[in-house]
Amino acid sequence: MDNLTHLTIEEIHGMLTRREASAEEIAHAHIERIKKEDPGVRSYLSTCEEKALDQARAVDRQIAAGKPLLPLSGVPVAVKDVILTRGLHTTCASKMLENYNAPYDATAVQKLEAAGAVVLGKTNCDEFAMGSSTENSGFFPTHNPHDPTRVPGGSSGGSAAAVAANLATVSLGSDTGGSIRQPAAFCGVVGMMGTYGRVSRYGLVAFASSLDHIGPFGRSVRDVARTLKVIAGRDPLDSTSADVSVADYESALDGDVRGVRVGVPGEYFDGLNPEIRSNIEMGIGLLEKLGCRIVPVRMPHTEYAIACYYIICTAEASSNLARYDGVRYGFRSQEYSGLRDMYRKTRDQGFGPEVKRRIMLGTYVLSSGYYDAYYLKAQKVRTLIARDFVEAFDDVDVMVAPTSPIPPFKLGERVDDPLQMYLADIYTVTASLAGIPGISVPCGKLKGDPPLPVGMQIFARHFGETRLLQVADAFEKADGFTLS
Amino acid sequence: MALSEKDVLYVADLAHLELTDQEVKMFVPQLDAVLEYVQKMNQLDTTGIEPMAQVIYPAAENPALRDDHAHPTFTQEEALENAPEEGGGCFKVPQVIERD
Repeated sequence: MDNLTHLTIEEIHGMLTRREASAEEIAHAHIERIKKEDPGVRSYLSTCEEKALDQARAVDRQIAAGKPLLPLSGVPVAVKDVILTRGLHTTCASKMLENYNAPYDATAVQKLEAAGAVVLGKTNCDEFAMGSSTENSGFFPTHNPHDPTRVPGGSSGGSAAAVAANLATVSLGSDTGGSIRQPAAFCGVVGMMGTYGRVSRYGLVAFASSLDHIGPFGRSVRDVARTLKVIAGRDPLDSTSADVSVADYESALDGDVRGVRVGVPGEYFDGLNPEIRSNIEMGIGLLEKLGCRIVPVRMPHTEYAIACYYIICTAEASSNLARYDGVRYGFRSQEYSGLRDMYRKTRDQGFGPEVKRRIMLGTYVLSSGYYDAYYLKAQKVRTLIARDFVEAFDDVDVMVAPTSPIPPFKLGERVDDPLQMYLADIYTVTASLAGIPGISVPCGKLKGDPPLPVGMQIFARHFGETRLLQVADAFEKADGFTLS
Repeated sequence: MALSEKDVLYVADLAHLELTDQEVKMFVPQLDAVLEYVQKMNQLDTTGIEPMAQVIYPAAENPALRDDHAHPTFTQEEALENAPEEGGGCFKVPQVIERD
């Protein structure tokens, strides 16, 4: 049954059309593979087998009735557990929401299901999407399918690992400062964050509202392009969703990239791990061979991005997480005396340490006397960082950079030093601050036993997803993923 | 800029977090290190730079407003479904108003 779990969307649709397999058989194959392999990977927090088989059977009935396939008919998908799914638990990998039953679906989930997708379950992540390794999950860590002693990255580690281990065809994650792109790099899959506002955030449990995005993981650029098209679009339920039409991303694939100007930002290579550097440089060399023009660009405010990001995101998080108070939903402490005590104990017992660190940092930087020095200052620095990109895109069409300065590390290796963990987000937070789209694609592996994946990022201007996907697709077709 | 235990307890208070002694001891150096690091931003002269609160795009005036029509949302049962304690169609919490 391995042949049913190692398919692209196009291959699934080919088999459905030729009646070589049914949607139910494909869903069943995934459910069986999850039972067999996920005890080792631990990418899922919960699976919904009955619902998945029901959805798959509905697809089969449509096919039997001669109806045309919808864009994701019969495609098994996994959803990060910070995204609301009606009737299934949405825990955000936190004890605070361990038994929370969302009364509505996120818009992105509604769109997936309306396109015929089969939801297999909810994936593990860092608690409330705060982290870069999935070790901050309130339940258990996820293991990198390439090396189970190593992390899958985070915060969308479960969604990345599920796709990498063939436990879903595509998955949804969320990206605030790199939480789709970095685990994509660590797990050797494709992960994309669209322009801010490209995909509705309605039903995404809020971490940092000006930085949060929902986005897809897949094993190919084409699968990611199709999934993004399905979930993107203006949503009246999210006032920050962009009123910009969604292009047909797939039809732009197979395009000619000759003459595309590819910017290489020097600051993203200063002091870079030499092995990662070597892979990315080979990737850039490949783009040049395909006819792209490589242009050095300067992004002078890059070195301030981590400071800026960790003030803004923690400030927004401290506000967004104020709602977890034991009143209307979620965990409530068992013993307390009075309302204030209930809040204090509920929050201390329900949240893990990283969530508490970020809430406290955010509260501090917003507090009276510190607001101007920290939060307001960070917002001004954000303007400068965003401006670096706008100016660079006057001279180039896309930019490429490493996704992570470090390879996938061992579980437990970096849990003691939060600041060091934050500093490793340096290449991903910039795009989030500017609101531009970014993708991570596999770019070879590091020598070792076992060899570890390396990811290369491609950025584009606001709403430049078409060009970005075109370059990523050309890179994939030229064997960029394996650098062979 | 040293962050003291007192500062951490003050901030925890603002954030409604009842920290254990162990937590306070763990968090002080961790938070201090981050706050020390972010001082870096002071190397940048941001005079005259507008703060960026969010990513905004050119759009029609008031694009985010909809017509003022009521739409169905949740039933009371749905809204109360996840309540830790409920009664009489309300979320139940400890008494807030004191009587003399």
